[in-house]
Amino acid sequence: MLIDCQFQLQMGQFHIEPNFQSDAAVIGLFGASGSGKTSILHAIAGLNTPCSGIIKIQEQTWFDSNQKINVSTQKRHIGLVFQDAQLFPHKTVKQNLLFGLKHLSQQERHFEADYIIELLKLGHLLQRMPIKLSGGEKQRVALGRALLYSPKLLLLDEPLSALDANHKAEIIPFFQKVKEEIKIPMIYVSHDIQEIKQLTETMWIL
Amino acid sequence: MMFSLTPEELSVLQLSCKVAASCLVVSIIPAICVGWFLARKEFWGKSFIETLVFLPLVLPPVVPGYLLLQVFGSRGVIGQYLAPLGIDFAFNWKGAVLASAVMGFPLLVQSIRLAIELVDQRLEIAAKTLGASSLGAFFHVTLPLASSGILIGAILCFCRSLGEFGATITFVGNISNETRTLPLAMYSLMQQPDTEAAIQRLIILSLSVAFLALWFAQWFHRHQKKRLGR
Repeated sequence: MLIDCQFQLQMGQFHIEPNFQSDAAVIGLFGASGSGKTSILHAIAGLNTPCSGIIKIQEQTWFDSNQKINVSTQKRHIGLVFQDAQLFPHKTVKQNLLFGLKHLSQQERHFEADYIIELLKLGHLLQRMPIKLSGGEKQRVALGRALLYSPKLLLLDEPLSALDANHKAEIIPFFQKVKEEIKIPMIYVSHDIQEIKQLTETMWIL
Repeated sequence: MMFSLTPEELSVLQLSCKVAASCLVVSIIPAICVGWFLARKEFWGKSFIETLVFLPLVLPPVVPGYLLLQVFGSRGVIGQYLAPLGIDFAFNWKGAVLASAVMGFPLLVQSIRLAIELVDQRLEIAAKTLGASSLGAFFHVTLPLASSGILIGAILCFCRSLGEFGATITFVGNISNETRTLPLAMYSLMQQPDTEAAIQRLIILSLSVAFLALWFAQWFHRHQKKRLGR
């Protein structure tokens, strides 16, 4: 099983019990705003802790309340692309891209920087500061930064929701390219069902 | 007419800068730690620690000066054990550093705390999801993004130290070439007749140093803001 998540999450008054198993490489997670999509992603990323349950990715246990396993975010090795990119504003595009890569040993690096830069067409942006990028460019850099960390799982948290229709159309082909060329399991979160249908084969509905 | 300094004025200025710079060097790392804790952590007794840190800002400076004398004077609670080790604060420039560090610390901590509070915590989370340790995220993300606030705090603390009077004169006295910084030199001159011209020169000197330091801080802050687009 590629992805096996059954856990209970308590966020203040709010309680959710996601229960998903899948062998599909790309999974869409659909739900209205406030249905707890981001909380689920954060639990998978290790940024918040479920009260009980298990999280297993590619046969590796990241969380198991019975066995008291809770692998830290740094060791889970996930690529998280945030809604608003969250690029480091004081670093150039190039420094942003290489931030995760620098934390990997030679053996852990699955992609060359040049390959990802070419794939996402970032070559002309490398020396720019994030403030000088458009919304779509920011998301491409964020995606590149996550990929260069050679993650075991890519979590995309509404990566297009902050973009207007034109920029969305411009960036969707890049996600499709990543999906086809780079075989990393992905969970794609969105409240836009069309977006999910365009990019994923399997869909979980909250 | 050129504004050239007499040897006495030069030595007062040098001593003032030495004390203020040393004060900054000893305060900056503790202030970053305290500022970070106050900005990012909730803990039992936090408001007590805050009150303690900010107390020197509102106390009459004579009070910290007197307390320092009781604690770090050669017969003080801690001072009597430090003196045989050759660490002596009483009536020398190191005591002046200690006095101005206590008085400048709140300004430094407050600037650093506000600067760290302004750093988006989600950027620290992003750094951690990219493999950075908590310390790595702090040094590569939090600290550089807070740098302009830290610099402004450092300059405020430096200027506060240049102007420190009450705690210094209470703790270490007014000794030429040892503890007589700019404000103490002015005070000494005021005790003597026919010194208006000399006092005015020191006032111009104080104004220039403070003006340049604050001006640089403002310029740097604007420059950073523009660069990061905040």
